[in-house]
Amino acid sequence: MESLQILERVKNQFGDRILEISDHKPDPFAVIDPKAVLEIGKFMNQDPELAMDCLSNETGVDYKDRIEVVYHLFSYSKRHTAVLKVKLPRDNPSVATLEGVWKSANWMEREIFDLIGVNFEGHSDMRRILMPEDWIGHPQRKDFVEPAEYHGISTVRESPIIRLDTKKK
Amino acid sequence: MPLLNTLPDYVLTTKTDELLNWMRKSSIWYMLFGLACCAIELMHTGGPRADIDRFGATPRASARQSDLMIVAGTLTLKMALRTRLLYDQMPDPRYVISMGSCASCGGLFQLAYSVCDGVDKILPVDVYVPGCPPRPEALTEGLLKLQEKMMTERWLVRSSNGNGNGKQVAAA
Amino acid sequence: MYLNFGVPLALTIIGIGFVALMFGLQKLLAPQNPYDRKLTPYECGEPPTGRAWINFNVRFYLIALIFVVFEVEVAFVYPIAAVYLDWVRSGRRWYALSEILVFLMILFVGLVYVWVKHDLEWIKKVPVEE
Repeated sequence: MESLQILERVKNQFGDRILEISDHKPDPFAVIDPKAVLEIGKFMNQDPELAMDCLSNETGVDYKDRIEVVYHLFSYSKRHTAVLKVKLPRDNPSVATLEGVWKSANWMEREIFDLIGVNFEGHSDMRRILMPEDWIGHPQRKDFVEPAEYHGISTVRESPIIRLDTKKK
Repeated sequence: MPLLNTLPDYVLTTKTDELLNWMRKSSIWYMLFGLACCAIELMHTGGPRADIDRFGATPRASARQSDLMIVAGTLTLKMALRTRLLYDQMPDPRYVISMGSCASCGGLFQLAYSVCDGVDKILPVDVYVPGCPPRPEALTEGLLKLQEKMMTERWLVRSSNGNGNGKQVAAA
Repeated sequence: MYLNFGVPLALTIIGIGFVALMFGLQKLLAPQNPYDRKLTPYECGEPPTGRAWINFNVRFYLIALIFVVFEVEVAFVYPIAAVYLDWVRSGRRWYALSEILVFLMILFVGLVYVWVKHDLEWIKKVPVEE
């Protein structure tokens, strides 16, 4: 099945929970209602026509006015893909977890929580995965400012090349 | 009871120091501290082709049994605190080789938010081995340079800092 | 007769002397620089949590108990084996053999008991009582 056909089938099932379907090349995507994420995920996993048994990627994107969570789904048996997007407000973004449907969502959601700050409700282990546990801030946000030091270790390395430049003055 | 750092400076200890330093440099047990890609080259350096076991260097898994820490790979801020604790738990005399560009200066990832730019921000480093990753021959050269450094240490004659002229005492 | 003890004496002297030499050299020549962070318990870099003294499995006690009993039994068999040739030469072979076999049979009963009660298995496979 083509991606657009997959998304049309989901739209037939869920109607108004699908906010828009875009025929974007190369991956057509569907923007869905954040509250319907768990239902739509379960449907796409269990429906025999779609059989999306692999969440190959889940990532977060920080735009100026919103934060998006993008799901790339793949089916090993039918060999087709689909892309779903969820739009969330920038302050206190929160969406249901898909850990119960696809196990790979566990670490991917921890990464999104760590780096962008989206809280996933119902996640079994919501803690940072890359940054240290006592880090403050979410580094992949566009307005992130790197702190000057962490536990006494400065986060900047002075480059000798810059010093050579200032000698010319 | 210990003889270290006790002899007054009019006593010349040449062959004794040479003997002690030769004994130390001929069996440097390094701690397997491979963090990233440089760890693969570290494994190859300990492997059969470019063998550092012929210099007496054998890998140990525990910090308590090693006297050299080869920091091989990118040091993240999360790992930096644990690296400092592991260095603190190594017995004296201890040495550090910073292998690769990530451990020396942050390398490719210097501007990243989670990377500690260089292991010398937290540990005193003896030898820097550049490369990304350094070939096993380069790491062997680094080990030989460290052996040359060990031969210049003087432990028995009294001097101002800590244990003779040999090593700076690591601050807690 | 005392010449037989010459070899174990030499072994003892060399053994104790070698170890004393190594420890003595270490006390003379090794740098000693203990400070607080160096003396913390080693936990692969993580700050140590919890107590070092924890309860351990009671199976170890059971295995040690069984081991001690049968080790002592083996220790009693060794002298019999050492002097058995003398008993054979003096013609009283069956007397010695039967005595040691009676000893082993008594302890074998204990082994069979432990075996049947599943105490030799690390994980006891006891049938479920309905």
